[in-house]
Amino acid sequence: MAQALDPHAAIATTASGVETDDGPLRTADGMPLARALARSQTQARRRAFLLVLPLLAFVMITFVVPIGQMLQRSFYNDGFSANMPQVSEWFAATEPGTEPGEDGWAALAADLQASAEARTIGVVGTRINYDVPGTRSLFTSTGRKVRDGIEPPYREALLEIDEEWGDPVLWGAMRQASTPLTTNFYLASVDRTRAPDGSIEQVDPRQRVYVMLFMRTFWLSALITGLTFLLGFPIAHLLATLPTRKSNLLMILVLLPFWTSLLVRTTSWMVLLQQQGVINDILVWLGVIGNGGRLQMIYNQAGTIIAMTHILLPFMILPLYSVMRTINPSYVRAARSLGATSWTAFRRVYFPQTLPGLGAGALLVFILAVGYYITPALVGGSSGQLISNMIAMHMTDTLNWSMAAALAAILLGSVLLLYWIYDRLVGIDNLKLG
Amino acid sequence: MKRLLTLTTAMGLIAGPAVADVNLLSWGGAYGNSHLEAYAKPFEAETGIKVNMADADNPATPIKAMVEAGNVTADVASVEYADAVRLCDEGLLETIDASMLMPAEDGTAAADDFIEGAVTDCFVGTDVYSMVLAYDDSKFADAKPSTPADFFDLEAFPGKRTMRKGAKFNLELALMADGVAPDQVYETLNTPEGVDQAFAKLETIKDDVIWWEAGAQPPQLLADGEVTMAYAFNGRIFNAAQGEGKPFKIIWDGQIYEMEGWVVPKGAPNMEEAMQFVAWTTSPAPQARAAEFISYGPPRKSAAAMVGNIEGTEEPMGPNLPTSEANMTNALGSDLDFWVDHDAELNERFNSWLAG
Repeated sequence: MAQALDPHAAIATTASGVETDDGPLRTADGMPLARALARSQTQARRRAFLLVLPLLAFVMITFVVPIGQMLQRSFYNDGFSANMPQVSEWFAATEPGTEPGEDGWAALAADLQASAEARTIGVVGTRINYDVPGTRSLFTSTGRKVRDGIEPPYREALLEIDEEWGDPVLWGAMRQASTPLTTNFYLASVDRTRAPDGSIEQVDPRQRVYVMLFMRTFWLSALITGLTFLLGFPIAHLLATLPTRKSNLLMILVLLPFWTSLLVRTTSWMVLLQQQGVINDILVWLGVIGNGGRLQMIYNQAGTIIAMTHILLPFMILPLYSVMRTINPSYVRAARSLGATSWTAFRRVYFPQTLPGLGAGALLVFILAVGYYITPALVGGSSGQLISNMIAMHMTDTLNWSMAAALAAILLGSVLLLYWIYDRLVGIDNLKLG
Repeated sequence: MKRLLTLTTAMGLIAGPAVADVNLLSWGGAYGNSHLEAYAKPFEAETGIKVNMADADNPATPIKAMVEAGNVTADVASVEYADAVRLCDEGLLETIDASMLMPAEDGTAAADDFIEGAVTDCFVGTDVYSMVLAYDDSKFADAKPSTPADFFDLEAFPGKRTMRKGAKFNLELALMADGVAPDQVYETLNTPEGVDQAFAKLETIKDDVIWWEAGAQPPQLLADGEVTMAYAFNGRIFNAAQGEGKPFKIIWDGQIYEMEGWVVPKGAPNMEEAMQFVAWTTSPAPQARAAEFISYGPPRKSAAAMVGNIEGTEEPMGPNLPTSEANMTNALGSDLDFWVDHDAELNERFNSWLAG
């Protein structure tokens, strides 16, 4: 009856324990069995944890920490508050909407002077420029003039340098920036802005671009996911049912593009699809279209859809294939022998069994498509741009990393939300990658 | 043997700091090659200071990351003027003492020899490049396009156009095509009506434009016959025309020129060598030499006359440079302050306009 419950523990209950001992079961050295078991299991767990520790550290250092830091920028920007301490204090002490008195102007002048000397005036100007375009140069040019000193009365002195200092919009923006925590970048990411009185309003219709791009990104990603399913399902089925020799050959055809560089594949699509490209040439040669009526298949949304569908196709085929291979063909045969039509047998017996693979493939394709950047940039033209292209613009061109972080955070949040919905609807246990 | 090893190691330690390297962050490609051939190699030969080159898509991005993270590995970087202004204002760059720059061969002080704006607190210009209009000569048999207005004239000069996907350069070009004089362009763009005017002009050709993202695309689109006219960087068009014998012609009328140059990131590990490198490479002779590799003009007046033949050929490089006098008759200098101020705002509007 006394068996070694755990191979790690040297457990030996005495043979006579049953008759003489009235306490709990004990090991040879007299320790209660339950405790010995718990200890040995803790040890095993610790050892297992040590094994994954390198990976955990790697993920923390290279993934979680940098992404966390990046995301922090989306709501935390101390460009103004850290370099303009006195005027920030003045803002903290007064009610929103207060007309700045001489004390406010004096604090501003002192900060401008100190900041110009410390060469941080550009940081300050850049921060305000995010909210009020055109003010960065106001800060830097004023900074150059007040670096060597400024005389009271400060209000007149600053207005003398530039009348724009009297603009209530500017003071409203400075008040908002006087605390490092801000929601302005998130507001800007959904085409909203804060009016001087603090209320939230939509930006000028001609400036609205992000909401539209988010919608387009999700819509195109869903469409591409659907297309990869339509194209990939029959191929995966063929792969799973053909004799091994033939299916291996087919598998190589699926994997070959997968192993080819992304850029090569994208540029190949350019060669094929452009107006003077291979497909148009063939259509003209066949007489299907006239030379003047060459189709525009690239540098627009169509180009983005075609190229991305092709590039992401293996991510749909491979999970589907690995699930389909495990489906026992006798189920369908049984359904047929019980009188089901081939369509019914497919719909009610075969297809439900492929769902785990479909779920995994769809999730993979969709999440990859949402973040796609280089392909839409090269073949997307004006109507095939995705939100990732705007993130890249803010990262590399305007160097407004707070804005890039806010856009990326919204993207990340929406993907997590979709993942959660997927989990509720399908269940994440139902996911099979292979 | 062991003693020898100890000795050499000790010598290495003593000699180590004296011959610190310069770590140069450049762009790669033909432009990076001009840095290597005209600056890095001769500098190494002249001073014995080794130059390690690394490439980035746009060196301004890693500089911002390096300085903010406090782990600066680059000593000198090549950046665009606009980025230099921005990085300098944000305190991410070392100031460069302009008095150390070398005078011209005839003794003219460096301050007078550089063109206006080429030397700032943190930046020394190395070359001037420009956005130019270019066309495929074989596509227009009779009249050839010659002005920005012709670029917008789809009837006289049919065919698709390609333009950079972004607000910068395009808005200025649209205004010049609409009859605004170069010296009025930024004044006009500073008003809401001026911006409207520029977008209205762009609207007239919107349906016939392929927007490019990477600098290599416009010559490719021209070569494939996808477009008949392009608005692109002059160096790219020059390389395709000169190097690959394509029938591409550049229209210098309405060119918008801009500068690139050296900056030293704040906290650069080998500051002294970095400054030495900046001073040596911006002297007239290396600047003229660099212009022989790529058609970007030297920002020093005295260097212009020293530019020789296109590397590997017997043709003079001079007429292909944005800075040559004949090409500067109707040129616009890009206003960096304007763009640093309005970059985000106008690009958002541009993207919204594109999508609409």
